[in-house]
Amino acid sequence: MQKLIDLKKEMRQGPDLMMPGLLSCQGCGTALAMKLALKALGERTVVVIPACCWSIIIGVYPHSTLRVPVIHVPFETAAVAASGVRAGLDIRGESNVTVMAWAGDGGTFDIGLQSLSGAAERNEDILYACYDNEAYMNTGIQRSSATPVGAWTTTTPTGSLKQEPKKDIVSILLAHGIPYVATASVAYPDDFVNKFKKAKEIKGTRFIHILSPCPPGWRIDSSKSIKVARMATQSRIFPLYEVEAGRLSITVKPEKTLPVRDYLMSQGRFSQMSEDMVSQVQAHAERRWKDLLNREAKT
Amino acid sequence: MRRVIKGNHAVSHGVRLSRVKVISAYPITPQTTIVEELSELCASGALDAKFIKVESEHSALAALVGSATAGVRSFTATSSQGLLLMHEVLHWVCGARLPIVLANVNRAVGAGWNIWADQTDSISQRDTGWIQIYCESNQEVLDSIIMAYKLAERLLTPVMVSYDAFFLSHTSEVVDIPVQEKVDEFLPPYEPPYKIDFSDPRMFGGMIGPEVYYEERYRIYRDMMAAIETYGKICDEFGDAFGRRYMAAEPYMIDDADIVVVTAGTITSVARIAVEEARQKGINLGLMKLRLFRPIPHELWRDLLGDVSKVVVIDRNLISGLGGAFASEIRSALFPLESRPRVYSAIAGLGGRDVTPADVLGIVQQVVREEADVDVPIFWGLKE
Repeated sequence: MQKLIDLKKEMRQGPDLMMPGLLSCQGCGTALAMKLALKALGERTVVVIPACCWSIIIGVYPHSTLRVPVIHVPFETAAVAASGVRAGLDIRGESNVTVMAWAGDGGTFDIGLQSLSGAAERNEDILYACYDNEAYMNTGIQRSSATPVGAWTTTTPTGSLKQEPKKDIVSILLAHGIPYVATASVAYPDDFVNKFKKAKEIKGTRFIHILSPCPPGWRIDSSKSIKVARMATQSRIFPLYEVEAGRLSITVKPEKTLPVRDYLMSQGRFSQMSEDMVSQVQAHAERRWKDLLNREAKT
Repeated sequence: MRRVIKGNHAVSHGVRLSRVKVISAYPITPQTTIVEELSELCASGALDAKFIKVESEHSALAALVGSATAGVRSFTATSSQGLLLMHEVLHWVCGARLPIVLANVNRAVGAGWNIWADQTDSISQRDTGWIQIYCESNQEVLDSIIMAYKLAERLLTPVMVSYDAFFLSHTSEVVDIPVQEKVDEFLPPYEPPYKIDFSDPRMFGGMIGPEVYYEERYRIYRDMMAAIETYGKICDEFGDAFGRRYMAAEPYMIDDADIVVVTAGTITSVARIAVEEARQKGINLGLMKLRLFRPIPHELWRDLLGDVSKVVVIDRNLISGLGGAFASEIRSALFPLESRPRVYSAIAGLGGRDVTPADVLGIVQQVVREEADVDVPIFWGLKE
């Protein structure tokens, strides 16, 4: 209940740059994520959107739900097109602008990884936000390299559930040595907004990995998306932390810890997982949590 | 100022004089020295531009989608495989109405690897909605870059300037480099009708449904077709300012010709010599040089070629399943004429193979002697 009140508080703060009428599904995580991100970043923000759910959510010509400049770009080009926007605005002398790439997991983990890596290596002055709903949801639930092990999707159907663990995108970005990398969740809006506010003030490539629940893809009721997203953090499947200039801090340490089973079994997509798989996920979550605590203690 | 410079260097001068603001490119032979020279120009401050050194050609053009939407003059250069990798973004730039200029060094495509002159790369991108200009000399390369920005920005249509690998890219010629003040007079700063603007936030490139998409594509087509007339005007303005006059297609000794050879790129210079030699042998040969290939200047082609009896098109490209691309387009442009020349096709110079005046003459003589089949290209110099 406390979290719900926090959410309302954050929703009231800052300019609301998202108008009603967006075309998302009910309970969509990324719709809420955009609202929170823009509240933190303000109106001098350019949003760069590759092919993803947001290509649709934002509205069909001549409508746009966002009251900031938006540029749509090809699927694999979010980071580099954002770099180009930044270069153009710099040359024009437009300062105090945040150029934000806003891409799904497919456009980030898979097809857009090359241009993201290029931009991160050049330390382009962009904020890259990946809203990760853990599959190609816009095309109808196909597996991506962000899909967790054991998940059902239309391309990892019954009898052939995803065998490979989710790609560790945060470590990949950290390996580029960029100034700010964070995870964020719509279930923790205060933490979410703080991270975007902090990222706004940092120069160079900033990467925020958002867990974005998708009711149709995760096979959950649309009223449950925030609850499930919160369980992801409570079960340490999706820990909330940030790494600023190499210093790691865990920003949310939930009072209540849940077994991963509770998180997994709250969603239809994991309902066919074997006991063995669930144990593996539990072990992995614990191992990583320990690792995060160690790294936090060291810095 | 007259200097002896290579074709790639001519591009760099054109970019500098056009006061380009954002450059993004990825190295590929034989384009590489453009990237090097532009890097140096940016590093020394001779060019006040930002150079984004990307990790692929796809990203090179995608970066310019961002910078051009931000409203600044943007440039890239590539060749062969690099142009092919850009394919998706070439279409995107056209749809987004971004007046980007791209220099393409015409190089063969793999497999197998071949770095030499061949026009298959840009020919294979002729339907991506870019204005295409083919150059014969380094002077033309430099002048074309400057004119390309004026054309692109007037029509909000991107322009690709192509020229042959090594024969121009790495060959030195005398080039008259215009002074900055005169170029500034000819090419004013870019003022886009729409750009990223926080006082008037807009959405670019979003979803458009069937009720709008058709009209949008029509406007792209309409503006591209307007390039025929606009290009003519810009050539006149350029001629008045700099004394060098260009045309969408250029005739050479066509007035009394019975047979006309059609070429694009450096084969044109060779064909000019062949025209002289043919006339010494009593063949009334003329020449039409292709410059503007997208849009197709139908009327000009018909004016120049309509009254001759035979046309031979030499293609430095070979489209499998079709033949020479230029020959095919010329046939279709001439077809509506009530009486039209017989159009023969010849394929020569692929993958950088040399084409000499004797080769051009040999092709022409085969046509004159009625030894050529109008349905099958002449594969000149094909080894057994």
